[in-house]
Amino acid sequence: MSDTVINTPAGTPFVEVTREFDATPSQLFRILSDRDLVTQWLGPRDLDATVEQYDVRLGGTYRYIHRDDNGEYAFRGVFHTVDPDKLIIQTFEWEGAPGEVCLEKMSLEPTEKGVRLHQQSVFPSVESRDQYVGHGMEYGIRDSMDRLAELIAKEG
Amino acid sequence: MAVDDEAQLDRAFAALADPVRRAMIARLSRGPATVNELAEPFPITKQAVSRHIQVLETAGLITRTRDGQRRPCHLVPAALEALTSWIDEYRLETERRFRRMDALLKSVQEQEQ
Repeated sequence: MSDTVINTPAGTPFVEVTREFDATPSQLFRILSDRDLVTQWLGPRDLDATVEQYDVRLGGTYRYIHRDDNGEYAFRGVFHTVDPDKLIIQTFEWEGAPGEVCLEKMSLEPTEKGVRLHQQSVFPSVESRDQYVGHGMEYGIRDSMDRLAELIAKEG
Repeated sequence: MAVDDEAQLDRAFAALADPVRRAMIARLSRGPATVNELAEPFPITKQAVSRHIQVLETAGLITRTRDGQRRPCHLVPAALEALTSWIDEYRLETERRFRRMDALLKSVQEQEQ
């Protein structure tokens, strides 16, 4: 089972994702910041992805485009803080919803096994968070599945 | 979605609406377990545990095999994945992305050696 923990607390604009990798912080930082490497993991499996720009440094910008049969989806943002092997803080915006800018903080912490990636996102509203995460289902089902996922995450 | 799939989803959600059954699924996510092992954390009768197992089996979330005298229960990962993919594409996409990162880290490490 997956050891990824995703928390999307109801009624908040937050998304928190935690995942451990079997690597050193500097190896993980490298695949998070090298444009050619980013290209290899960024896009969803069945979408074509182009990384136009990915300049991971203070004030650097990024823009990438996913394409499928229905069209193009472009995302862009600015790197606010870059502390190599430790921390990246950046903005994130889907150009299809201009102005709905999300703030993302990615921390890398060494662990016994490797490195833990902790990603915290703050959306401008609960609605935009929910739209992005794509929860289209009834609250009750989501709630019970969240509890199940938490249990599995705890057990795993 | 086909009517059969809908019925199967209904059964799966109904099965997971119960906290004891969710805990059993969580336990089985770590590996197969016998009825006694599944019953251990709960202050309920073995009959009640057997009924819970039957509900999970009917919902297609677990299967039982035969291993001598033992009949261990196994999680059906595909069933759970079908359930979660219907519910939470975001969760799956995040995990897929992390798996691509795992593969990439492996090739980065091989280059470094």
